[in-house]
Amino acid sequence: MERIREKLNILADAAKYDVSCASSGSDRKNENKGIGNSSNGICHTYTEDGRCVSLLKILLTNHCIYDCAFCVSRSSNDVKRAAFTVDEVVELTMGFYRRNYIEGLFLSSGIFKNADFTMERLLRIVKKLRLEERFNGYIHLKTIPGASPELLQEAGLYADRMSINLEMPTEAGLKLLAPEKSHEEVKKPLGFIQNTITQYKDEKKTGLIKRVPKFVPAGQSTQMVIGATPESDMEIMYSADKYYKDFSLKRVYYSGYIPISHDTRMPAIGSQPPLLRENRLYQSDWLMRFYGFNVKELLNTKNPHLDTDIDPKLSWALRNLEQFPIDINTADYRMILRVPGIGVGSANKIVQARRFGRLRSDQLQKIGIAYNRARHFIRCADSPFILNEPDSLHIKGLILAESNSKYLKTAQNQLSLF
Amino acid sequence: MTTYVFDGSFEGLLTAIFDSYDRRDKMVDLVWNKHYQPSMLADDYTVISDSEKAERVWAGLGKKLTQKWGIMFYKAYLSEDPHTFKDLFNFAHYIFDNPQGAESNFGNSYVMAVSKMDRKVNREKHRMKAFIRFQKTADGIYYCPVEPDFNVLPLISKFFKDRYTDQQWIIHDIKRKYGLFYNLHTVEEITYEFVANIDITKTVLPAALQDEKEALASLLWKDYFNSTNIPARKNMKLHIQHVPKRYWKYLNEKDGKN
Repeated sequence: MERIREKLNILADAAKYDVSCASSGSDRKNENKGIGNSSNGICHTYTEDGRCVSLLKILLTNHCIYDCAFCVSRSSNDVKRAAFTVDEVVELTMGFYRRNYIEGLFLSSGIFKNADFTMERLLRIVKKLRLEERFNGYIHLKTIPGASPELLQEAGLYADRMSINLEMPTEAGLKLLAPEKSHEEVKKPLGFIQNTITQYKDEKKTGLIKRVPKFVPAGQSTQMVIGATPESDMEIMYSADKYYKDFSLKRVYYSGYIPISHDTRMPAIGSQPPLLRENRLYQSDWLMRFYGFNVKELLNTKNPHLDTDIDPKLSWALRNLEQFPIDINTADYRMILRVPGIGVGSANKIVQARRFGRLRSDQLQKIGIAYNRARHFIRCADSPFILNEPDSLHIKGLILAESNSKYLKTAQNQLSLF
Repeated sequence: MTTYVFDGSFEGLLTAIFDSYDRRDKMVDLVWNKHYQPSMLADDYTVISDSEKAERVWAGLGKKLTQKWGIMFYKAYLSEDPHTFKDLFNFAHYIFDNPQGAESNFGNSYVMAVSKMDRKVNREKHRMKAFIRFQKTADGIYYCPVEPDFNVLPLISKFFKDRYTDQQWIIHDIKRKYGLFYNLHTVEEITYEFVANIDITKTVLPAALQDEKEALASLLWKDYFNSTNIPARKNMKLHIQHVPKRYWKYLNEKDGKN
C-alpha cells in the first residue's frame, strides 16, 4: 500500500507540468454495457493553483534516457524514480473512474530503452482498459516521438486524444535546451496521425464500410513552454497559428515555465512563473479560435509583444479606433464580436434581440455585456450624441481605472528580449 | 393586483397560468404558499393544482416554444426560487400574448430572467456531475450524499445511468430528503426511509458499511490531488471560485480543510 502511494506521488508530480486537461470533444458512448462515456468535458475538482483536474494525469515511468534541460525528469536530475505496472495503472484508473473522481486517463511517460519499447507499454495499458475493462471513458495518450507508425496507428484506435509537445515555441529555443530533440521529430508523428484521422473520416463518408472504428476522435494537441527561452509573443503565437493550420490541432497549450533547475540558460529557481504572460497568450489563442481574429491583427512587427496591462482584444480595439464606435443595432455579428466587453454568448443574444426593436443600454447590460468597457466602442438606441473624437489613451485610462486585475499588483517577469 | 397563492409544484405553476387567463386577471403577483402571509386588504386567490389545466398550458407552451426553451423553462423552475416562479409566470404570458419566436427577444426582461436562471441551474447541474464522489459500500453499491443549491437530481439522472451502467449507485439529496437509486436496470426515486440507517450528519460512511478497498481509493485520490498541484502557481482565489467552500464538505480531497 505504501509503495503504490509513493509511486502515485512521484509519477503524478512528474506529469503535472503537462497542462492539457481537456476531456471533451470525443463522442465515445457506453454501448457495450461497460463503463463510462466520453463526451462531456467535466472538471471534477481544481487544485490550489486553480487548475482543473479532469483526468488522472500520470507518467508510466519517470525514468528517461533524454536530458532535456527544462524537464524535471531529465536523466541528469537527481530525483526519485518509479514505474507503474500495467495492472497498477488500470486498477487506479478504474477505481477513480467508478467513484466519479475523474473523466479518464492522461498517460504519458519518460522514454526508457527506446521509443517503440515505451509506446508499446502505453499501448498495452489502453488496450487493457478498452478491451478487458470495457472502459469508455476519456483517454489522452502521449505520442512518443520516434515510435513506429504501426504502434501509433494501433494506439489511435483506443485513445480519444493524442498529443505530442513542441516543448519550445521555436526550433532554436528547443535546440538550446534539448539538443537531442527537434521540431521535425514532432511534425512527423503529428502529420502521420492527422493523415490517418482524415483517412478514417473519408472512409466513413463513402459509406461503404458500415462501422468505421473511431480513430483519435478528440484530435491532437500540443504544448509549448513559455518563458524558458527568449521568444517574443509574436514568435510564440505565429508558431501556434502555424501548427493549428498545418496539423488541424484542437488545442495548443502554453505552459509558463516553472524553474526546476539551476541551469544558467533558464530563469533561476524561485523566480515567479510568467502567469500573466501565459494568460495573455491564451486570450490571443481564444481570439483566433472563437472571435475571428487573424494572428497578424493581434501581433506583428510593430507590436511583437502582447500588452501586460490590458487584454489583447482591448489592445487591438484601441489600436484600431477608426473602426469604432459601431452601432449595436445594425453592425455585423462579426464586428459586434470584436467589441471589448462583448463575448460570444452576448453577441448572439444581441443579434437575436435587435430584431424586436432597437436595443437600449439598460437592455445591453441585462444581456450581460461588460458595459463599462464596451460603452466606449458602441452606439445604441439611447447613446448620447458625442462631438469630439475619442482618443485611445483616454479610453484606456478610464477602463484601467475601473478594472481591478490581480495581475497589476504582482511583479512582472516577462523575459526582456536580448 | 391579485395575489395568486400556489403550492410550489410545477403543476401548480402551470395551473396558475391557466387560471389567470380563465379569470382574465391581468395583474398577478404569484406567491408560493410556503412564503405566503395573508393580509386583510389583499385580493387573494388560491390556485388549486390541476393536472388537466397544467397539461393544456404545457402543451400550449410546447407549441409556441422551441424544445430547447421548453427545457429551459423547466430547468428554471427547478431553481425553487420564489422570484423565478414569478418570472416564469410572466414569461409564459409574454410568450402566449406574442407571435411565435418571442423567446429570442433577449431585450425583454422576463426572457432574460428565465435565460439567466437556466444558466444558474445548468451550472449547478454541471457541478453535481463533477462533485459527486461515490463511496463504495460493503454490499457493492456506490453511494454519495449531496446538497445541491437547486433541485437538480432529475437533470443528472440520465447522465449517471448512461455512464455507470454496470454498477449500482445512489445519489442522495440530503437537503430535499430524497435520492436516486440505479438498480442496474432503471433509476428509481427513493425516499428518506430507504437510506434512514445512514447518518446524514456525517459525509463519510462508517468503516463497517464501506467496501474494504474504499479507504485506500479515497486516500490515493487525496494523494493525487496534492501531488498534481503546483505550489509555485498557488492561486487560492481561483481555486475557491471553481470549488466554492460550501461544496467542500462532500469532497473527500478537501476534507479537514475549511
